[in-house]
Parts: sequence; structure tokens; C-alpha cells
Amino acid sequence: MNTQSSPARSPRPQPFWPPLAAGVALGLVLLLTFLWTGHGLGATGASTRFTAWLGEAIAPAATSANAYLGPMVDGGNPLKSWISWQVVGVAIGALVSAFLAGRFRVQLDGARSVGTPRRLVAALAGGLLAGFGARVAAGCTSGLGLSGAATLAIAAFVFLGTFFVAGLVASRLFRGI
Amino acid sequence: MFPLDDAGLWSGLVCGALFGFVLERAGFGSPCKLTGQFRLTDWSVLKVMFTAIVVAAAGLWALRLAGVVAEGAVYVPTSFLAAAAIGGVLVGIGFAVGGYCPGTSVVGLFSGRLDAAVFLVGLVLGTVVFAGLYGPAIEAVMGAWEVDAGDTFSEAWGVSDGLVLAVMAAALVGVFVLGGRLERASRGPVSADEAVAGADAATTRTAFPNDAPGANAH
Repeated sequence: MNTQSSPARSPRPQPFWPPLAAGVALGLVLLLTFLWTGHGLGATGASTRFTAWLGEAIAPAATSANAYLGPMVDGGNPLKSWISWQVVGVAIGALVSAFLAGRFRVQLDGARSVGTPRRLVAALAGGLLAGFGARVAAGCTSGLGLSGAATLAIAAFVFLGTFFVAGLVASRLFRGI
Repeated sequence: MFPLDDAGLWSGLVCGALFGFVLERAGFGSPCKLTGQFRLTDWSVLKVMFTAIVVAAAGLWALRLAGVVAEGAVYVPTSFLAAAAIGGVLVGIGFAVGGYCPGTSVVGLFSGRLDAAVFLVGLVLGTVVFAGLYGPAIEAVMGAWEVDAGDTFSEAWGVSDGLVLAVMAAALVGVFVLGGRLERASRGPVSADEAVAGADAATTRTAFPNDAPGANAH
């Protein structure tokens, strides 16, 4: 409204929560999820079901014949699952939080540090590796690492250990951001 | 008696919304903040994850002892250790290169980041490649190195849950002490201002480059 102050019009982003506070909050959300549903939080359960749904829409014959995706589309719409609603919830929660804190900004993050083409290739390649890896492990950082570790599962700590070491090495060898 | 085993829409939406809200509050929509963990300049990922794991694990343990949560009623991932190790390596590389893990890419996208949408496309492609290659060979790898005796440290090796929790709590203190030290010795955590402005040369500098100081500045 005040045209004279237009250069600094957008509100300053609020600081992030301190890691200890965010960690306690995340732990309580995870505990609530366990008490309410009997399992923890996840992510790639939904992207896998979305892939099956997409396959059914584009190539129904190949999808039903596939040994991995086939069983998911046999029982009707693969997206009809708790994990799909949970990921919709993640999107809503993140959007609300980012807006309220003045941290919503449309951008190609990393374009300034490594350039647009490199950033696009790195994001695609990183997603591909993570998508493949999460299917091998039958879980990702959320579903196996975070939720599994809260149940003191051995597999979760093995996952977190190799995840961290591989990430350390990879970030030295290749700059994607 | 808990858990309630609710598999409906509302528990999914509510738990997911709280999850997404907290992840964004922690700064985990920002790929330069997330990958700062691997550059050792920003230890938020390990601090937040370890704190959450200890809080949830201690809560589940205490509620089980108190008889509020039924014994063996909460889902525990099966100890297929080869699958967990290989999957961990691939998700770790994908995180370091792509800037997100699967869950945080949703947070990144819904805080306005288009590179997170590209990461999500990659996630679907990776699933397609996996499904295309899926067969006896992959199944054999995924079933390898199973700990037959059980899925938790107490089941498999008789290490009591209380001791595992105590070790985790000590490791948590270690993460805060060591992480805090390395953060102070380097450029330190990515602030909200920096995260919203987007990654640049300064926020993506490695804490301890192999070369002389400043050698990686260009």
C-alpha cells in the first residue's frame, strides 16, 4: 500500500525452530502417529503407489503384468491408502507453515550456486537414486530411518549408518546444490 | 489400550500435516540446509532426527512398560540388513546429490521450490526402474543378511531396550556437542533468511575442504 517502501515490502522470514525444539516436536508427532495408527510416518509408500497408479493410467497391461507394481493395482485404486493421505497432509502442513512464517518463495533452489542445468540434472538424478534405493530398503529416511529407529529396529540403524556415510562421501565427490 | 490401528483418512491427514509443519519449521524444506549436514556445516538434520528418535522411542518404551501400549502391537521393520544397507547408500547419495530425501522433497515443493518437483519426478522414475528390474535377483538381495533371531536388538541379541535407549541418549548428546563444535568451526547453520534466498556459494561451502582455505571459493 505504501509505494515508497515497496522494495522491502515482503515480510522478513521468521527464524527456524531450534533443532532441539523441532526434534522434540517431531518425536511427539511420531509418537502420536504410532499410538493412533500402530505404525510410523513415511513418504515413499505414497510415491510407489502413485507410480503404480500412473502406470495403470499410461500402460495398464504392462503395469498389471509387472511383478512389483501388479499386485498394487490388482486390488483397485493403489492410491486408496493411509500413506497417500499422510503425504497430502505433509504438503498441507508444509504449505501452512511456510506461509505463516513468511518462508514461501517460488524458486529453483540451487540455480544460484551451481547453475540451472546442473541443478535440474542433480535433482532428477538424486530423486532417481533415492527412489530406487527406497524400494530396495522398503523404506526411506522417514519410513525406515526415523520410524524404524523409534521401534529400536536393527535395520533402521543399518540404514541410517550407510545413509550418512554415503551422503558424506557423495557430497565431496559431486556438487548438486 | 493403544495403538488404535486407525487406517483412515483423518489420522493420515492430521499426522501428515503435523509432520510437514514440523519439518518446515525445522528448515527441512531447504536443500542447502539439509545437505549442510553432509558438508558438516549444519548439523540440524542429525540433531532433529536423533532427538525425535529418542523422544519417540523412550515414549513407546515407557508406555509399553506402563501397559498403555500393547506388547508387539507396533510395526517394526524386518531386519533385512543387506536391503537396509544398500538402500541407505542409495538414498544417502540421492540426498547429497539431489538435495532432498523423499519426505523433505514434498516439504521443499510446498515451500515453493521447483527443484523439489524435479526430485519427485526422479523419485517416480527410480520406482519405475526398480519395478522394471524387479525379479529373483533383486528379491535375493533384498532378503539377504536377515537376522533370523529377531528385528530389534533385544529380540536378536538380548540387549535390553533400556540399554539401547541409554546408548541412543548418549549418542544424542554426542551429536549436539560434536555438531555444535563443527558448526562453530565452520560457517555454521543455514538461517531462514539464507534458506529463503536460496543456495549460493557461501551457504554451500564445505566445512573442511581438502585443499587450503579458500581454494574451493571459485
